[in-house]
Amino acid sequence: MEKKVIEAIGISKSFHDPITVKVLTDVSFSIHAGEFVSVVGKSGCGKSTLLYILSTMDTSYEGELFLDGVNMKNKKDGELAMVRNEKIGFVFQFHYLLSEFNNLQNVMLPGLKFGKLTAKEVEHHAYEKLKILGIEKEALKYPNQLSGGQKQRVAIARALINEPLIIMGDEPTGNLDKKNSDVVFDIFKELAEEYHQSLLIVTHDLDFAAKTQRTITMEDGKIIRADGA
Amino acid sequence: MKIKLIARISAAMLKARLRQTMVAAFGVTFSITMFISLLSFMAGLNDLLDNLILNRTPHVRLYNEILPSPIQPIARSPVYAGAHHFVRHVKPKNELLEIRNSKAILKALENDPNVRGVAPKTMVPIFYNVGAINLTGVVNGIDVDAENKLFTFQDYVVEGKTTDLKNTPNSLILGIGAARKMLVQIGDNIQITTSSGARFPLKVVGFFQSGIEELDKVQSYATLATTQKILGKPASYVTDIQIKLFDMTLAPALAKMYNTRFETEAIDIQTANAQFETGSSVRTLISYAVGITLLIVAGFGIYNILNMMIYEKMDSIAILKATGFSGRDVNAIFITIALTIGLVGGALGLVFGLGLSALIGEIPFNTASLPTIETYPINYNPKFYLIGAVFSIITTYLAGYFPSRKASRIDPVDIIRGK
Repeated sequence: MEKKVIEAIGISKSFHDPITVKVLTDVSFSIHAGEFVSVVGKSGCGKSTLLYILSTMDTSYEGELFLDGVNMKNKKDGELAMVRNEKIGFVFQFHYLLSEFNNLQNVMLPGLKFGKLTAKEVEHHAYEKLKILGIEKEALKYPNQLSGGQKQRVAIARALINEPLIIMGDEPTGNLDKKNSDVVFDIFKELAEEYHQSLLIVTHDLDFAAKTQRTITMEDGKIIRADGA
Repeated sequence: MKIKLIARISAAMLKARLRQTMVAAFGVTFSITMFISLLSFMAGLNDLLDNLILNRTPHVRLYNEILPSPIQPIARSPVYAGAHHFVRHVKPKNELLEIRNSKAILKALENDPNVRGVAPKTMVPIFYNVGAINLTGVVNGIDVDAENKLFTFQDYVVEGKTTDLKNTPNSLILGIGAARKMLVQIGDNIQITTSSGARFPLKVVGFFQSGIEELDKVQSYATLATTQKILGKPASYVTDIQIKLFDMTLAPALAKMYNTRFETEAIDIQTANAQFETGSSVRTLISYAVGITLLIVAGFGIYNILNMMIYEKMDSIAILKATGFSGRDVNAIFITIALTIGLVGGALGLVFGLGLSALIGEIPFNTASLPTIETYPINYNPKFYLIGAVFSIITTYLAGYFPSRKASRIDPVDIIRGK
């Protein structure tokens, strides 16, 4: 049995504005190292909300969240930022690259923030990640010179820079056409199989979900199915 | 490492909005420039106006006033002790203007460690004889060297030289107002009459102009020896002793001490010229108020630009936070931006301020009442530059504080989900 990278126990969350709406009810599940998991469900079923709780960015929830065996409750803003920096890689629907920096620098930013390696080493790592994603030729260009698919690949490289425990994706293919979606999926698959990278991807693309190792289906804030691989 | 990273991100954001940040920095530059030149100019004027009086006013002046005897004979009578005395008949005597034992007092003062210098003086009320009429006037008998040293007497002698006064017997430096009335030239002889009726011829060796017209119509200067000769008094006859101190603030206390020690009247400069300090401090206050107002306005400019930048960079802030930058890091980024604007703008402001005040200092400023001044006065006090620098940093920090705090509190979830 591989160790659990994420364990959620009885997570509930309500929005109180303007009226109290329960968006997550008693959600419990875990992800093991090296697993490629997708979360599917209709719009508004709470899958993104769950992802942001798991990512430590949203801290107003009930229940327990363990990341790498450490409880995330009662951690300070700065500590959570360090956890995100070190253990979680993010890929969003939109690439969120900083237009003031070139692609290589964009990839390097979380690595420099981590501060464990020298700038030279981080740069070397960033090049390697870009190479894995096949866009090392675009390293010195700026994000606005790239196509949508390329930008998303730079964003994935940025998520990988600190060799995170898990990569989280919120509709990472939502803005891409079929061809680019397939490219991104193949990259994720390669990461999971060759590099043993754990991935948790929220999507409403059922084709995409079907190809992952495990699919968690949500409805009305509850997990209704959590297929094994 | 971390500081370098934050500096790099700040620099990138500054560069992305270069024009606005330059406008903001220029606001700071402008306000610091005005602050420096305003204060330098105002302080220069203050010094000028103060010196107009202070240069020529002794810090402590010892003199005798014609006063009736404070103890009237009736008070000595044991019969009326405790009664109210209204019988006063002993009038002032005729020799009181002289400071008694002046030689010893001068010597004592010269050895006093608080005293920078002493200048004895004899004031003689006289009449200038002009044809058939007499003009009232005062001849000041002075020690020319002491007067030059302590009261920059030579600056006010507009024609002729002070040494001529010393070297020519029975000579006089005449106030320019009196000279014009009497139609005299340098080298002419004039006649004066003393209050006791004696006539005396004097040779005019120079004119002086104090800047105070009423004074120039009346006053003239001769050596102590000449005035003593006019009065027929011995060389110890002195009516005033003017004292300059090293530390002006000690004047009131020392005046009191000299008053009892030398048994003369003693007046200090603070009592004699109370209004000058008030005027100076109010002018200084006004310049500070204007300067600081300018800085605050510049601060609002910075506040605006940072706010705009934060709205524009909302996505970038969100992703920085999502990838592990804490609220404190984001705060530091925007504070760095604000302080960069403040430091660059402030530093330029200090340089331009120096330049502008130097420029003002070159503008000709000729006035009949100030013979020694040719251009506008500027005080290049480093204190103003220090205050300007400190204030530019404080205001930009405050202007950056609130937008930065807002940026640090941005919730990345709100931004990312809102897309």
